[in-house]
Amino acid sequence: MKDLKSPLRDKIATHILNLPKSGIRDFFELVNSMDDNVISLGIGEPDFVTPWNIREATIYSMEKGHTSYTSNLGTLSLRKEICRYLDNDYGLNFNPVNECIVTVGVSEALDLIIRALVNPGDEIIYHEPCYVSYAAEISMAGGIPVPVITREENDFALDPDDVEKAITPKTKAILLNFPCNPTGATLSVEQKEKIAEIAIKNDIVVITDEIYSELTYEDVTPSIATLPGMKERTVFLHGFSKAYAMTGFRIGYGCGPSELIDAMMNIHQYTMLCASIIAQEAAEEALKNGKKEMIMMRTEYHERRNVIVKGLNEAGLHCYKPKGSFYVFPRIADTGLSSNEFATRLLKEQNVAVVPGTAFGSCGEGFVRCAYAASMGDLHEAVKRIKKFIDSL
Amino acid sequence: MEKDILRLLSENGRITAAEIAERLDKSEDKIKNIIEKLESEGIIKGYKAIIGESDLPGNMVRAIIEVRIRPERDGGFNHIAERIGKFNEVVSLYLVSGGYDLQLEVQGDTLQDVAEFVSSKLATIDGVISTATHFLLKKYKESGLILHNEEEYERLKVTP
Repeated sequence: MKDLKSPLRDKIATHILNLPKSGIRDFFELVNSMDDNVISLGIGEPDFVTPWNIREATIYSMEKGHTSYTSNLGTLSLRKEICRYLDNDYGLNFNPVNECIVTVGVSEALDLIIRALVNPGDEIIYHEPCYVSYAAEISMAGGIPVPVITREENDFALDPDDVEKAITPKTKAILLNFPCNPTGATLSVEQKEKIAEIAIKNDIVVITDEIYSELTYEDVTPSIATLPGMKERTVFLHGFSKAYAMTGFRIGYGCGPSELIDAMMNIHQYTMLCASIIAQEAAEEALKNGKKEMIMMRTEYHERRNVIVKGLNEAGLHCYKPKGSFYVFPRIADTGLSSNEFATRLLKEQNVAVVPGTAFGSCGEGFVRCAYAASMGDLHEAVKRIKKFIDSL
Repeated sequence: MEKDILRLLSENGRITAAEIAERLDKSEDKIKNIIEKLESEGIIKGYKAIIGESDLPGNMVRAIIEVRIRPERDGGFNHIAERIGKFNEVVSLYLVSGGYDLQLEVQGDTLQDVAEFVSSKLATIDGVISTATHFLLKKYKESGLILHNEEEYERLKVTP
């Protein structure tokens, strides 16, 4: 926004002008200016097209003329399916009537819960490197984003001691995202238990964004919301984008204590009204008949992870083996280049797009994010080109 | 792990042991040993290419044939089925439930060849009650593979 010269700039709200520019945005422009030979490991969405049965259900929904608004919370039948799924697969019990809200992507659910919680000056703890929107969402709501750094030596898991140190009387909530974008990190049961203990002791709300939870390849641990004393203070956020390859449908949801869901709903009803009915019916089909295909995609991601982790390590980049999501976060600091230089030069010299770690917080310096939601052929070629690039340095 | 190897090979018969090893995060030698074992035990019967019908060598003719048979007292369906299966013209053969018993896929150089095979060889076998021949006009999907090209849709190159 800084280059905006028009006098209208003065009209824009200060806190919006002050929002940091998304690091991904710049990089996106640069990649788009390149020719077609670019292999992109920069894409944070599945490379699979949405399974056909889901697409077919979407078409059917339109054929039946289901083109209206739905209840603000989302269709009851979808909420019931969501709650049944969370009960079966996560051991989480929510009442579909008042403990579940369907949103436009999990991004909206996150925005709602943050706005519902934050009074000006309230602090929200989150971990970095993290998804690009967290700090901005908190700031836009008038809150103070308090980053806690996760480190490579801990496989980018959140150290509960660091959380404890970040807590002040103004801490309202802690925001977790495991498996994590961009690091692929997960938390052990012990780490979750300790964080839960801290949350209870300090009476803070836990927001857990588990959008990648189905894409966990080893050591699946229960959601923090299942731990004793946690259900009553946790808002569980999830959606369909990653596990069912439904990013464009924009369906997410939040489940939690009815007071909080009701507060989220208050904002949602005035801003979004409801999520698209067509996409809601598609999501229902995903839960009813999508599991087999979802597992097939997970198996494919799992194998791609093995291939890319081995390939990057052999190419000379230290890369720990993340247990979830579809990202790896190799260390590039040893090349002597900054994240930005590495990503820019790799793109210009070898036509491979990766995202500089700094796009996910300043502590991402020295790393890049590689998404392996790309075909096996592309992954092999990308690794080959990365090796060539490193050898040329 | 055998299951994973079989899955990968049935998706792509030309995948190398090295690639399987990479995917499953195991050593190449181990994968090679298992594949050899699966082959020698007859679990893996062979490897073949999937070819679109217009590219069939010499534009061969294919037909699906439904066959009703009278099971034998001792051999059941197996004896007749095994006998039918020995003809080179028969590419695949299944015992199925429903209105008929055996489903064959038969291949020949010309329409006449296939018709000739049905009338002189297949229909005359003792125990074959009736046949219904459906000539194959176009293949859309085979072995899980869609055979026509679908338009590729390009995603954004970088997303958060």
